[in-house]
Amino acid sequence: MRYTKKSALRTAAAVLALGMISTAAVRAEDAALANKLDPNAKEIDDKVLAASAAVKVEDGKYKDKDGDPTFHIVNDGKKVDWFMYSGYRRYHAECHVCHGPDAMGSTYAPALKDSLKHLNYSEFMGILAGGKQDVNSSDQKVMPAFADNKNVMCYADDLYVYLRSRAAGAWGRARPGEHEDKPDSAKATEKDCLGG
Amino acid sequence: MRAVHLLALGAGIAAATPALANESVLKGIANPAEQVLQTVDYANTRYSKLDQVNASNVKNLQVAWTFSTGVLRGHEGSPLVVGNMMYVHTPFPNIVYALDLDQGSKIVWKYEPKQDPSVIPVMCCDTVNRGLAYADNAILLHQADTTLVSLDAKTGKVNWSVKNGDPSKGETNTATVLPVKDKVIVGISGGEFGVQCHVTAYNLKDGKKAWRAYSVGTDDQLLVDPEKTTDLGKPIGKDSSIKTWEGDQWKTGGGCTWGWYSYDPKLDLFYYGSGNPSTWNPKQRPGDNKWSMTIFARNPDTGKAKWVYQMTPHDEWDFDGINEMILTDQKIDGKERPLLTHFDRNGLGYTLDRATGELLVAQKYDPAVNWTTGVDMKTGRPAVVAKYSTEQNGEDVNSKGICPAALGSKDQQPAAYSPKTELFYVPTNHVCMDYEPFKVSYTPGQPYVGATLSMYPAPNSHGGMGNFIAWDGKVGKIKWSNPEQFSAWGGALATAGDVVFYGTLEGYLKAVDAKTGKELYKFKTPSGIIGNVMTYEHKGKQFIAVLSGVGGWAGIGLAAGLTDPNAGLGAVGGYAALSSYTNLGGQLTAFALPNN
Repeated sequence: MRYTKKSALRTAAAVLALGMISTAAVRAEDAALANKLDPNAKEIDDKVLAASAAVKVEDGKYKDKDGDPTFHIVNDGKKVDWFMYSGYRRYHAECHVCHGPDAMGSTYAPALKDSLKHLNYSEFMGILAGGKQDVNSSDQKVMPAFADNKNVMCYADDLYVYLRSRAAGAWGRARPGEHEDKPDSAKATEKDCLGG
Repeated sequence: MRAVHLLALGAGIAAATPALANESVLKGIANPAEQVLQTVDYANTRYSKLDQVNASNVKNLQVAWTFSTGVLRGHEGSPLVVGNMMYVHTPFPNIVYALDLDQGSKIVWKYEPKQDPSVIPVMCCDTVNRGLAYADNAILLHQADTTLVSLDAKTGKVNWSVKNGDPSKGETNTATVLPVKDKVIVGISGGEFGVQCHVTAYNLKDGKKAWRAYSVGTDDQLLVDPEKTTDLGKPIGKDSSIKTWEGDQWKTGGGCTWGWYSYDPKLDLFYYGSGNPSTWNPKQRPGDNKWSMTIFARNPDTGKAKWVYQMTPHDEWDFDGINEMILTDQKIDGKERPLLTHFDRNGLGYTLDRATGELLVAQKYDPAVNWTTGVDMKTGRPAVVAKYSTEQNGEDVNSKGICPAALGSKDQQPAAYSPKTELFYVPTNHVCMDYEPFKVSYTPGQPYVGATLSMYPAPNSHGGMGNFIAWDGKVGKIKWSNPEQFSAWGGALATAGDVVFYGTLEGYLKAVDAKTGKELYKFKTPSGIIGNVMTYEHKGKQFIAVLSGVGGWAGIGLAAGLTDPNAGLGAVGGYAALSSYTNLGGQLTAFALPNN
């Protein structure tokens, strides 16, 4: 659950309920940040979607009102932001071996498209870096700590953004096609992070 | 390494045992009432001489008894039967149960190792274990954490245990072991963690290490003789492995050894395949990456390689070469030859002369295979189709429509062979993929993958994700093929009753006619089957038994459905997620014909 003010949430949900975004009601600067999802998207979670609304963008990186990274999807779901695209790729290299394709889960790891409905950004980062264990008589689920794994940690925000879009139902079971260009800041951060 | 072995010889350890295959194993293999190896016999034919259950009466099969393993993860392998005892293993934590068949399968002893759960996430693709082996009154278990244990078959007491690898570096185990003569030969997993993989022989008697042979490395590590070890008849020469890697990359080169092993007592050679080179990004490791993706023939006493053959030089798709090597004697061009048949992940069915390593047949065993146009029989190299080459398309490019997918046209699920029909019965995957490699950095003990992939049922086909086929290995042709909705991920069993058995991911045990493939019987067990069907005889009655418990790599994609069922992707008709058909489980189901 995102820490969203109830009133804001209700407004956003109402806007959605009225049939996808009446842009006229949104201030001009927000209009550019509003998602324009696939009109046929079937798994929209209004609450998660509302909480993931971008309120600002810095060099291609979208942030919600708490300053946490979020996704940005436009052109009726045909174009996505760089980080979501990158997150899709990294997820299907590092995570899908346990958590299944498109964050759908497996016989031995949870579906992250559901987990991310409840985990906030800092909880997500904590588990990613520190791992998680559910070991008892009927369950042996263990997630490793990825703190030392640059292939994961350098793309932690990317993964979060992608998984958030899945949890919100804003993105379905597909590879993103068109995407924003890789921002210069992302190139610099990546080089720095992967570094030596 | 070799010097150590010579010392051991000098000390008389090996000399005390006759230079024959292990007597107790041979005795068990000769008695069709028992099953002492996961592979049924040394040749890996998975053929049983039992014929009480046959093509005309198999339709009357009934469940005779069941047993819950108490573990809800992927159950690969099968139980063993020795005399009146059955030995059942489980995935992590790798419990072993000894059941007395004379006493209504009462649990006589139970062994449960204490393993650090931190090994769980280091295992690629679920915590499966492909089962136990029996030799010299001992049950041999190779645990997830690479501890090899010899248990007293009567009491379950630990005779000895030895550590084969280090899970903190990504070294784990899922495989069974091969007892040969006075040794037990074991492999290792960790190709996704940059492990430099190897096979190792320990003394059956005391667990002392006899030799270790790497798949990738220096000549000393490989246990090869540059002049005498051959590749398609020619000496492999000096530094055959390391000169096919850039710099030190061979040190994290993979080539893991987690498959099935076979042994020919006459030629005194054992056979196995090595896995993918690390990473999955081919651009990051130029060269042929020898001897990953390779069939090895080695001497069990010394580990020395007699011949090698690399099937997929410079892998670009994760086509591990670890699948079983089935040893048969058949006539090719009118001449009786000692053959080795292997259904590789890369979608090619190979037949070689197992004495010399000569390549005789290399043909696609799934018509969907498209990454190669075929193998040059002189050089042994597959011709790669540029469009499907993730190397040629390069980093950060999504190569689409590659068949088969990374899980191969067949994965670990072992095929069977009937000498009566001279056909191989092969459970296969009918799945294709998009594959996009990119740059990754290496951290010991952390996954080292470097590619994004998505998988889907083979387009423009029957819409299912598997086939169960009969294959003529002499000419390399499919005899018949039964479509399966999901990958056929369970191992097959052929019997003298002209019935072939296999399990499916929905949980069916199926019996088909060995000649025609016609379905004769099916029964839905409580969970998906990724285990291997086995048979045994108790008090004059033949039983068919199989472990249920969905999981393994099959449990990843297939549990959720590989792709969006609505997206189409050329799949004919709709198919739903496996989770709509079955659930987690851990059960043994034994079948028999009704009394009278």
